[in-house]
Amino acid sequence: MARSHKKITHTGGVVAAVLAFALAFAACSSNASTGSSGTSTGSSGTSTGSSGTSTGSSGTSTGSSGTSTGSSSKSTSGNYKIVFMPKSLGNKYFQASDAGGKTAIQEFGGTYSEASGTTASPTSQSPYIQTAIQHGVGAIVLAANDPQAVCNDLQQAQAAGIKVVTFDSDTNCRNIFVNQVTVQAVADGLVKLVVDHLGSAGGKIGIESGGPNATNLNAWIDAIKKDLTKYPNIQIVDEVYGNDVDQDSYNAAQGLIQAHPDVQAIIAPDSVASKEAAHFLSDHPQYKGKIWLTGLGLPSELRDYVHSGVVESFGVWDVGNLGYLAAYAAKALIDGKITGKQGDTFTAGKLGTYTVAAHGEIDLGPLLVIDKSNVDKYDF
Amino acid sequence: MSAISSQHSTNATAPYLVHGKPLYRRVLPRPEVVLSLGLVLIVVLSTLFVPHYLRPNANYTFSTLLLNATPILFLLLPETLIIATGDIDLSVSSVLGLSSAVFGLIYQAGTPIWLAAALAVVVGGGVGVINGVLVTIVGLPSLAVTIGTLALFRGIAVGILGTTSVTNFPPPLTRFFSGSVPGTPIPWQILFWFLPVMAFAVLLHFTPFGRGIFAIGRSSEMAAFSGVNVTRTRLILFILSGLVSGLVGVFFTLQYSNAIGSNGNGVELQVVTAIVLGGVSIWGGRGTLFGAIVGGLFIASFSKSLQVLGVSDDAIYVITGVALIISVVTASISKHISSRRRGTASPLQAGGD
Repeated sequence: MARSHKKITHTGGVVAAVLAFALAFAACSSNASTGSSGTSTGSSGTSTGSSGTSTGSSGTSTGSSGTSTGSSSKSTSGNYKIVFMPKSLGNKYFQASDAGGKTAIQEFGGTYSEASGTTASPTSQSPYIQTAIQHGVGAIVLAANDPQAVCNDLQQAQAAGIKVVTFDSDTNCRNIFVNQVTVQAVADGLVKLVVDHLGSAGGKIGIESGGPNATNLNAWIDAIKKDLTKYPNIQIVDEVYGNDVDQDSYNAAQGLIQAHPDVQAIIAPDSVASKEAAHFLSDHPQYKGKIWLTGLGLPSELRDYVHSGVVESFGVWDVGNLGYLAAYAAKALIDGKITGKQGDTFTAGKLGTYTVAAHGEIDLGPLLVIDKSNVDKYDF
Repeated sequence: MSAISSQHSTNATAPYLVHGKPLYRRVLPRPEVVLSLGLVLIVVLSTLFVPHYLRPNANYTFSTLLLNATPILFLLLPETLIIATGDIDLSVSSVLGLSSAVFGLIYQAGTPIWLAAALAVVVGGGVGVINGVLVTIVGLPSLAVTIGTLALFRGIAVGILGTTSVTNFPPPLTRFFSGSVPGTPIPWQILFWFLPVMAFAVLLHFTPFGRGIFAIGRSSEMAAFSGVNVTRTRLILFILSGLVSGLVGVFFTLQYSNAIGSNGNGVELQVVTAIVLGGVSIWGGRGTLFGAIVGGLFIASFSKSLQVLGVSDDAIYVITGVALIISVVTASISKHISSRRRGTASPLQAGGD
């Protein structure tokens, strides 16, 4: 008797777990079914439906979003269902790029959605690409966590007729890569800032990066090193990695400075790294005036540090425009206007005409230097 | 049936109760049976109500579902046996990453791919020995040891490849490991999986070694007095875990044609979740391999449905975490209640139920 009782109650745990799953499932699916009527109109559906929930991130475009509902209303030939896949959700940089993409997609009457994992591991985007295939999207706009790991799924997407645009970080298997800035432009821009600061005396510098495997970061660092060979009195003492995680990046800055107390400048070509290095320097005023920081960052995150003097100047590109351009590139691919061949041209809304460069790349433009004079102009 | 056997229980010809209850009352309340029904329910409900679930075709849905879960389905085999002894091995995902990095590094150096794969599996077995020795011979708690080696092996894995990754594996091989049997939703990898499934199922449920595993989970002292070689059994299980993790490292690398130290990060929690959901007691001594496998499939199909619904990772983690806690807490409370009801004269139970 006791034995059977025990068995049944033990099973109770599993029953309860199944029930929990079922409940959650029911909740989610009811969510999605209300969504699915609306999802076809993307985010514009939500802002028209529930009055007042104008999503903050897109800021300027929410006003017009109500009118641009539905691809069905416009006589369009292509499938303009476009999914943006940032490296991970919750990163301000990608919130800005995806907001730009959303604006563009609403302009041409497509359907915007955003999906990705919450952590940026090599394979974390794989299930979302599979889901995009299942949803039958027209294009995937992806910032790849790894150049190779998502290729199997991306190739299956392409086989299913889905156009693949990458931005920020490239993969080995896409139609178009929208380059935020060329590798050389980043290196030249940042090295110029460092050289101008250190002057002819030179000095020791450190590099703080994001993930050790990020394609773009490593390319920039290589180009920075190459540029610096022209300045033999500037010496790189160390490279540290913050893995795009706030705490890790803060600790990486601390570790770099403790291991090399004579370091005079830090280049952080990664938005999390530059923010956290600035955070560390502002927490430790004893380094003020001794350690100079530059890199790539977001005006919204570095604004206070620029005003307080921790950061004098840094480089960036217009992230919103990057997403905007990527969305128009996806549209041009869907329309068949471009194929990824060098010399193809297309019009990207307010940004004007772009030409596809070698290897299916589209370049957004030169590096933008941000300092006290213009930091307040940018809201991403 | 129960009434009849009770009546005749005094007869010399039938001295024991064959079964106390009819078949359906014995089978239905089992955790793995409930979970199997839940699994079927999820797939059926998703097919009916989740938009795009079977797009572009059913084979695609289920092959990606299985392929995404393949590492977990492999890793839960030895882990189930380890948990049944009352131990735990949290380092499996890091051994996977280490094996992947070693495999890539050796292959990149020009070694034939089969030899690189074999060496990676051997490395997996080797780190299994390290875990096993620390747990059994040194006598440290397996939770502490494998949390330590979780970090240690991941660190080494990421360290030995530095900032690079190896991606130039032969395309036919990577197509094979990321592909499915044509016309079916069954990934080729799953065909490799059935052999270890059989081996581990027989080992756990049909050999004296397996009875020993459950005996250790109930009480390792009692098992030792009953003639089970406790140290040897636990050591063997950690080595098996290392070998399987090493093998999964190779498969994972070929599946994504990407050898990199961060491969498989965080998989260990899904493995343990699947096993505990499948009715294997986290305190050891009870559970079935079948239950653990159903647990793995349950989580995989649930994740798939949520992904197609467009639900984010966070929600999936939250739901899995809540379900796991409910499952463990309820089992714990029921254990407490039933032991109080039985009082001090609780009869010894045979393992393996």
